[in-house]
Amino acid sequence: MGIIKAIKLTYDYIKRDEEGNPDGVKRAVDHVDIDIEAGEFVAVLGHNGSGKSTLAKHMNALLLPTEGTIFIGEKDTSDEDNLWDVRKTAGMVFQNPDNQIIGTVVEEDVGFGPENIGVPTEEIWKRVDESLKAVGMTAYRYHSPNKLSGGQKQRVAIAGVMAMRPKCIVLDEPTAMLDPNGRKEVLRTVRELNRKEHITVVLITHYMEEVIEADRVFVMDDGRIVMEGTPQEVFGRTQEMKDYRLDVPQVTELSWELKQDGLPLSDGILTIDQFVDEIMELYNGGNGRGDAGAVEAPGMETAQR
Amino acid sequence: MAIELKDVSYVYGAGTPMEVRALDHVSLTIPDGQFIGLIGHTGSGKSTLIQHLNGLIKATEGDILYNGRSIYAEGFSMKELRSKVGLVFQYPEHQLFETDVFTDVCFGPKNLGLDKEEIQARAREALELVGMDASYDEASPFELSGGQKRRVAIAGVLAMKPEVLILDEPTAGLDPKGRDEILDQVALLHKERGNTVVLVSHSMEDVAKYVDRIIVMNHGRAVFDGTPKEVFRHYKELEQIGLAAPQVTYIVHRLKEQGFPIDGDITTVEEARRAILEGIRNRK
Repeated sequence: MGIIKAIKLTYDYIKRDEEGNPDGVKRAVDHVDIDIEAGEFVAVLGHNGSGKSTLAKHMNALLLPTEGTIFIGEKDTSDEDNLWDVRKTAGMVFQNPDNQIIGTVVEEDVGFGPENIGVPTEEIWKRVDESLKAVGMTAYRYHSPNKLSGGQKQRVAIAGVMAMRPKCIVLDEPTAMLDPNGRKEVLRTVRELNRKEHITVVLITHYMEEVIEADRVFVMDDGRIVMEGTPQEVFGRTQEMKDYRLDVPQVTELSWELKQDGLPLSDGILTIDQFVDEIMELYNGGNGRGDAGAVEAPGMETAQR
Repeated sequence: MAIELKDVSYVYGAGTPMEVRALDHVSLTIPDGQFIGLIGHTGSGKSTLIQHLNGLIKATEGDILYNGRSIYAEGFSMKELRSKVGLVFQYPEHQLFETDVFTDVCFGPKNLGLDKEEIQARAREALELVGMDASYDEASPFELSGGQKRRVAIAGVLAMKPEVLILDEPTAGLDPKGRDEILDQVALLHKERGNTVVLVSHSMEDVAKYVDRIIVMNHGRAVFDGTPKEVFRHYKELEQIGLAAPQVTYIVHRLKEQGFPIDGDITTVEEARRAILEGIRNRK
């Protein structure tokens, strides 16, 4: 069993009328099965309303399943006795950095979590040091959080989660409110945590460029997981991605379009290098293989006869 | 008929230690009917620039002409300017406040002092323009999705019938579907009404797809100004200021370097597709 495992996970939001009586049900997550191994970098891609945030909230028991089960670190979240273990295993980072910061000084904010669970003072400072270092914010430890940029604030929020020493971090659209520089900063931080600290990362996003470096991508639509695979496999199914009105990188889209036009290109080209190599091989087709050479050859023979 | 900026500078907190020159001698003309993309990093001066266009902030130096008249001249009606130059702020949905969608959109024209029939006709028309049919009229703005809320907020500005529509990052935080819907609506509006549109954006791909002209801001100056092709020709300089051309421009340049016969001035996937097919076919 992986660190996060959901079996037929289903969640219904209950709509209520003005008097608070139940008035219809909206199924936000619909029989989702996932199994995420410790140390993986997993991305969940989908539109607003696709159920990806609802799924994320199950990963540290902010929501409990209506049907089905989700295990975090092999603990069933529906069992109340497991609540603290679950939240210690999986930390969450949300969309709006301003809603997540409570300290008046960066280092106090980062120390807030461990202090709340009764970590000894010395240990708190050690964790604060390490967490700030991990997100590259040590230089700002005595700054006021409200003077930081959006990307820096998100990194402080991530440090706050890191100070809890989770095995897994779930980030729910952490870059949606940031500018391109802030987005890059946060993504770089998340990737480093995954690679250097071996933290399991679940990144919820609707930006396709953020999932390209993930180990595995899940695409959600209408509460279900509709596609799953490596970024190359998922983006390679370009038509499906377009049908879900999700973006693919321009290089993938261009390769796919050219493939429709009959050029023999690979599926799911994600890098400019690969694309340029394949096109140049077609163009210079004559030397060795490639169909341009093959087309010419019979013509040559005819001419010789 | 145009907006003309003449050597405009703006300094925040002049004379204090926090003094920042947000605009630094900017001169440019925005003629009628153009679709302009305004690009630059956070802090480059884009937002400061657009707030000058309807007189929300006053230039520290320089002058701004609206249809040939200085907006700072005595007797110039700022109220009229603001009804002609409509500004949609970032996250405009935060400004929705009425109990239902229709009333919210009526707020702007009501403040122009129009009669009730005209107000309602304009609100209906504006909502149609952003693709919100009458079935949403009585909904609370807070029941809508993020993209819908934003469209209602944009309708609130359209109902003022501005000649110039300025949108400050209208797609920030929206998913790709919501983004395409908003940008397609804006493009349609530009086409049908002939409005001048200024679109502030971080996305080169979006801008390349829609606009006639790109203005690139950096450190308070307009560093590049031209058609997307002209501006993206400077992709190496754009990188130096932390911006980038669309990915497809890089692809085309790489192909060209390797000897593939292709025009380097390509900014959209469709253009690249046609050019590459042509290159391969001619080879055969």
